[in-house]
Amino acid sequence: MTTVAVKPATMAQALGRALRDALAEDPTVHVMGEDVGALGGVFRVTDGLAKEFGEDRVTDTALAEAGILGTAVGMAMYGLRPVVEMQFDAFAYPAFEQLISHVAKMRNRTRGATPLPITVRVPYGGGIGGVEHHSDSSEAYYMATPGLHVVTPATVADAYGLLRAAIASDDPVVVLEPKRLYWSKDSWNPDEPQAVEPIGRAVVRRRGRSATLITYGPSVPVCLEAAEAARAEGWDLEVVDLRSLVPFDDETVAASVRRTGRAVVVHESGGFGGPGGEIAARVTERCFHHLEAPVLRVAGFDIPYPPPMLERHHLPGVDRILDAVARLQWEAQS
Amino acid sequence: MTVMEQRGAYRPTPPPAWQPRTDPAPLLPDALPHRVLGTAAADRADPDLLRRLYAELVRGRRYNAQATALTKQGRLAVYPSSTGQEACEVAAALVLEERDWLFPSYRDTLSAVARGLDPVQALTLLRGDWHTGYDPNEHRVAPLCTPLATQLPHAVGLAHAARLKGDDVVALALVGDGGTSEGDFHEALNFAAVWRAPVVFLVQNNGFAISVPLAKQTAAPSLAHKAVGYGMPGRLVDGNDAAAVHEVLGEAIAHARAGGGPTLVEAVTYRMEAHTNADDDKRYRADAEVEAWRAHDPIALLERELTERGLLDEDGIRAVREDAEAMAADLRERMNQDPVLDPMDLFAHVYARPTTQLQEQEAQLRAELDAEIRHHEDEPDHRDEPDHRDGPDHRDGPEVNAR
Repeated sequence: MTTVAVKPATMAQALGRALRDALAEDPTVHVMGEDVGALGGVFRVTDGLAKEFGEDRVTDTALAEAGILGTAVGMAMYGLRPVVEMQFDAFAYPAFEQLISHVAKMRNRTRGATPLPITVRVPYGGGIGGVEHHSDSSEAYYMATPGLHVVTPATVADAYGLLRAAIASDDPVVVLEPKRLYWSKDSWNPDEPQAVEPIGRAVVRRRGRSATLITYGPSVPVCLEAAEAARAEGWDLEVVDLRSLVPFDDETVAASVRRTGRAVVVHESGGFGGPGGEIAARVTERCFHHLEAPVLRVAGFDIPYPPPMLERHHLPGVDRILDAVARLQWEAQS
Repeated sequence: MTVMEQRGAYRPTPPPAWQPRTDPAPLLPDALPHRVLGTAAADRADPDLLRRLYAELVRGRRYNAQATALTKQGRLAVYPSSTGQEACEVAAALVLEERDWLFPSYRDTLSAVARGLDPVQALTLLRGDWHTGYDPNEHRVAPLCTPLATQLPHAVGLAHAARLKGDDVVALALVGDGGTSEGDFHEALNFAAVWRAPVVFLVQNNGFAISVPLAKQTAAPSLAHKAVGYGMPGRLVDGNDAAAVHEVLGEAIAHARAGGGPTLVEAVTYRMEAHTNADDDKRYRADAEVEAWRAHDPIALLERELTERGLLDEDGIRAVREDAEAMAADLRERMNQDPVLDPMDLFAHVYARPTTQLQEQEAQLRAELDAEIRHHEDEPDHRDEPDHRDGPDHRDGPEVNAR
């Protein structure tokens, strides 16, 4: 086995590389959005793409999210494969009608005659000190919309893999990119990048026996940190990174919880009506007789996203996760 | 030198980078709604085109009447009639080349039918057996669009994509006067103009958005004026003059084909019937207003032109009417047959690659259908009446106890 030079890369670079490779391999791929051209996107994910592929393939659009996604629908109807960038989570809301009434439904309403292979990239979540409207966790809205796939990477390698798989998919895929992980680094070999196939498989990031932390995107590193800290308490926590919220990998999640007997769902999104409720219900339906305790949730509070100087009180952190783990009825064991 | 000391020498100058992008004056060429019928311009019109428009108008009127009757008989869930607007509907369909695309709204089934779609397929949305009953690629007719104006950016995107591929394709998007208030109308026109996309927007100003008159919809001098703000031409046409609508749309399409970019066309017309069968138009408009428009009927305008110029006689009129009656009889007969439904279609097209969650739910429905079949088979009276015909064999599903 030859040793390949593996260099640290950021998630933003891996996403950019995924776009570049998709543009190079498939002439129908088009990247469009606000500031994706000369600027390279506000997070520099599209850096250099307009120069390499020209403005017809990597297009700075007018500042109108419904227009961006709505025109992408027409482009997809004509056989193109648009990759749309929504600049921030909360700026994607004007495009909701196009997303929900057309992108998600077009294949179904036309009995498969008009598939829309559109990728919608949405930087999401908090933890970067963003001012109002720059830190929303909007995944529950997308998850509740039949016809969409929803994925979110937590590692540099998955960022590349999931985005390539999303662009290659014949279904519309919302790629939620955790803003606070854009600059996270990992050893990653850009010469042998791997797509994640198929979309819809979770992965166990850390093996453990005491309890399972079910999480995704920006909360994955927090859960891994919590799992390390939990060792001091004598807990050996398993961490499942969902990677894909739709489709949902019941199999991997249930297998983990059946092994450990306890589960905590962790996410930044609010708890009420949030993804954790659905996940807890699915786990309970499948693992009831293996559970030693109710499935708990550690979520953002049910409040509008706080101003940056207060966001640390809102975001699920290591202590709040460990507090939840402590409430998993360990006394029943003795 | 301070600013105060400079004061005397100050001369206002424009901001450094400012210059007008477009001269707005030529963008609005029509002082009044453009007319062809009854004017000298009619002499230059192609007689074959006029006769074809006439035949399609009569067919279109008959189609609207038949669809309305089918709604009253319970065969359609709802029908938004385009009676009175047939000139726009028909001209929009006839002005396009085969390779062009039409983006209709829910009121535009007639334009889809005039473009060649089987009326039964065009009406599945309103009958309720499937949302879009046709393959949009077959006649290049996008799905009938219910959310207002949301089809307009689709038309822009498709036209843009065609241009990027080097294809000679124009998209024609239909919208009503109410739709011009939607944000997607604005965004679509703006994108189209910036990209110089080969797309034409036809606004059928029929006076009402359900019950709300145009005066409550806009303060613009005309809807055509809105084009100027985007830097595209805005044309104003008599929407009941089929020859004029055809001519103005034809010019706009030629302009788009030549790389000139989009045009907004406002056709002034009138919705002769209520919004749908579920609406009561007596609550918001006077009979006299409707009667005034009846004297400006699109079929009457064209019929007068054709007969006065000797292009159409009694035999010709009778032949056109017989053709329309045959179309209506065929439509009536086929719409009076119950559609064949397969409940498993509910899951067939949600995704190219269905989620495991949907696969589980699909199995659940299959089991429910199996139980229904067994329930029927247990009842001697219903042995020959399965609930769903021609569907896939549902008997492979999981066993469920029939109650």
